[in-house]
Amino acid sequence: MHEWALAESVIKTAAEHFKKEKLKKLSEAGVVFGELQAIDKEIFSFALEELVKAESKILTGCKFKVIDEPAAFKCRVCGKEFTLKSLKKTAAEAEYIHFIPEMAHTFLKCPKCSSPDFEITAGRGVYIKYLTGEK
Amino acid sequence: MTLPPDQSRVPSPESLVPCPEFGVAGKAGGGMNLDPRPSVICARLKKIKRVIAVTGWKGGIGKSVTAAVLALILGKKGHRAGLLDLDFAGASAHVVLGADGLFPKEEKGLEPPFISGVKFMSVSFFSKKKAVPLRGANISDAIIELLAITQWGELDFLIIDMPPGINDAALDIIRLIPRTEVLAVTTPSVMARAVLERSLDLYKRLKVPTLGVIENMTPQPGRPPKAGPQSKMARSVWPGGGVRQNLAGDIRFDPKLEAALGSPEKLLKTIFAADLEKISRAIF
Repeated sequence: MHEWALAESVIKTAAEHFKKEKLKKLSEAGVVFGELQAIDKEIFSFALEELVKAESKILTGCKFKVIDEPAAFKCRVCGKEFTLKSLKKTAAEAEYIHFIPEMAHTFLKCPKCSSPDFEITAGRGVYIKYLTGEK
Repeated sequence: MTLPPDQSRVPSPESLVPCPEFGVAGKAGGGMNLDPRPSVICARLKKIKRVIAVTGWKGGIGKSVTAAVLALILGKKGHRAGLLDLDFAGASAHVVLGADGLFPKEEKGLEPPFISGVKFMSVSFFSKKKAVPLRGANISDAIIELLAITQWGELDFLIIDMPPGINDAALDIIRLIPRTEVLAVTTPSVMARAVLERSLDLYKRLKVPTLGVIENMTPQPGRPPKAGPQSKMARSVWPGGGVRQNLAGDIRFDPKLEAALGSPEKLLKTIFAADLEKISRAIF
């Protein structure tokens, strides 16, 4: 349920943007879910709704659009590019990566040269791709 | 969004409001690409009265033991204390405390488990005795994630066990928690001391308040610890003296410390803890 903590960060950032840009209404937020962190969309969406009701009424009516972003990696040692599906991990390891995606460097390795020194080029975690509103 | 202003870093409750705004972490591709996580860090820490980063610029000088035992001492005194191990590459506070088998509780974030009255959070919960080979940007991302999702609740003190030197972790803490106070650890070695002098100058330029310096492993058996203006390190590093600097003290080399590692109860009975307790009385 640490999705709540991340949902709260999305709400706070959207509210800050709303105030900074002096918007009348925030109509849509594009929230990217990186595949690596494996956020539970249902819990996250529920948390967003509840947090708007409880803490950030200025965002009432804002549509939060979830955008899935597949995880992609590039090995810094051999240059191999790979995806999450090509990697093996236990359920426990997946949970640790869920909490701290950088744990990928502890539990995952390049499928070609076995190095943990790879770059997460896409799909790490949660971020806001866009916010649209009316001035 | 703008970077946080160059504000006074002297801690005060007022420094928590308003929360600083942070720069936006860029992502590949088009769009705004806002990293939302820094926006909640201030809220996560707002019920913590003081944040103390135990730091030092050399490895093996006793930062982790100092940080962990200081948290235990503060907890024993009735303060609400937390300990955050940010030394990702060399996380060891869990070994000092004997925190095997603990794991944070998921509750709208992660609630740190208690160990001997101290709330404890560490990357070791997630790495499970494996190495954490992270580059700088990854360390920053992991620190931001930990700070954004950890629900500390109300604390009188949050003690941070820092990695050696000024690196990504130290710069991130200064940026993300501007009210952090530094408690530096060194040893009598001329190498540790020389590096320390440079670090103190840097903290001064960065406007990071320094509580003082603890000289650890002082090789004088039986010598009573000194805290305050008499401290050897206070005299040598800051010949001119000063209120904050005078709060430092010495910790005697304690040959029995090693055997107490892993047991908070035994740690609190060591000479190390006795000396650190005297220093903490002078500092806090």
